[in-house]
Amino acid sequence: MKYLDEYRDERIARALVADLHRCVTRPWVLMEICGGQTHTLMRYGIDELVPKEITLVHGPGCPVCVTPLEIIDKAIRIASQPEVIFVSYGDMLRVPGSESDLLRVKAAGGDVRVVYSPMEALKIARANPQRQVVFFGIGFETTAPANAMAVWQARREGLRNFSMLASHVLVPPAIRLLLRSPQNRVQGFIAPGHVCTVMGYREYEELAREFRVPFVVGGFEPIDLLEAISMLVAQLEEGRAEVENQYVRSVSQEGNLPAQAIMREVFEICDRKWRGVGLIPESGLRLRPDFAAYDAEKVFDVAACSAEEPAECISAQVLQGLRKPIDCPAFGRRCTPESPLGAPMVSAEGACAAYYLYRRLALVS
Amino acid sequence: MCLAVPGKILAIEEAEGNRVGRVEFGGITRPVQLDFVPEAVVGDYVVTHVGFAISRVDPEEAERTFHILHEMGLLESEGLSPDHQSEGHDKAA
Ligand code: SF4
Repeated sequence: MKYLDEYRDERIARALVADLHRCVTRPWVLMEICGGQTHTLMRYGIDELVPKEITLVHGPGCPVCVTPLEIIDKAIRIASQPEVIFVSYGDMLRVPGSESDLLRVKAAGGDVRVVYSPMEALKIARANPQRQVVFFGIGFETTAPANAMAVWQARREGLRNFSMLASHVLVPPAIRLLLRSPQNRVQGFIAPGHVCTVMGYREYEELAREFRVPFVVGGFEPIDLLEAISMLVAQLEEGRAEVENQYVRSVSQEGNLPAQAIMREVFEICDRKWRGVGLIPESGLRLRPDFAAYDAEKVFDVAACSAEEPAECISAQVLQGLRKPIDCPAFGRRCTPESPLGAPMVSAEGACAAYYLYRRLALVS
Repeated sequence: MCLAVPGKILAIEEAEGNRVGRVEFGGITRPVQLDFVPEAVVGDYVVTHVGFAISRVDPEEAERTFHILHEMGLLESEGLSPDHQSEGHDKAA
């Protein structure tokens, strides 16, 4: 078996794969929600190691990929203003807006800076009191508490030149939408380990009950994912639909309570458009009115504009697990990580980029 | 983007009213906010995302995870690949 010799715990990996082959009797469609997990699955060829009865489809769990075009366009307009220092996680710089991207704003002289933590954005704001510092606050529940803390801290310090362009998304509402769709073919989910580290997994227990679908909270290493797949298949074969936790070393049922508390204090739930998917009710977080002075959408009057995706890009279907990146006519031809047409090709965790990185030689020939 | 990386707390100090740890990730040291893991002490391993610790983990598991993430090339986007050290994150962050 190719790939297996790359595993650190080759013996365990082999045993898990053998177990899966023994256990599976029928076809099952499973979805991993998180983009980090998509990356691991492709890198370690897990999709090719599992029995052919098991189809792995990739979920909408890359926050870079689902940040709506309108928000990217707003970011670009804010970043282009001369008094602004625009601060962002690096992944967002190459995401195409409708006409440009942040990297081009930077090349044209805009002050666009990359950070790894929102606290660095605060530091930049303290050091540049005469400039407006705007932080691009994106991410799932994993990132929201950190971004919330930056805003909370800015208010505590009375920083007047810091604001956040917030576009947070929440996982469970997107899964609910997927499960409600008549086109849905996903029968079991690997729930995202780091989102659940923060949030716990009570929300997934509700989903499991409501839709009679099993979830296994999974980690990010290849062994984690093999084990999660095994646990899911066992549930499906036995007709169970529960939430099980494979990633016990980081995840508890109630999650990280201090992180949830700061998130609730700073953000409130709102409807949010997901790139490629559309509007999902109550699937996002925005700053509470108490924090309006730190809300870049209020500080900068950038009007909403609606923008269209390039017609060729099938990312909407890719993000809902309906089609694979290779089904896209542009994949690897007109759309590559160097010049991406759609967001899933930009981030290392986007499904299209993961396929491009690990499967293109086999696929585009 | 939702990746979280385990590292070891070498020291803890109070800065601007927050608990900040000096955390080591495979040779690179970074400040990490400990607000969400009030129970963490020096010597603990914490899983860190965008500069904030979100959980405590077992040391052996932590080392193993770090190596695997490194092998997958996933540390780059978190600014923890050795090439980034020269950019002065110790100072900046
Ligand atoms: S390959 Fe490119 S154009 Fe096709 S779906 Fe993916 S991002 Fe869109």
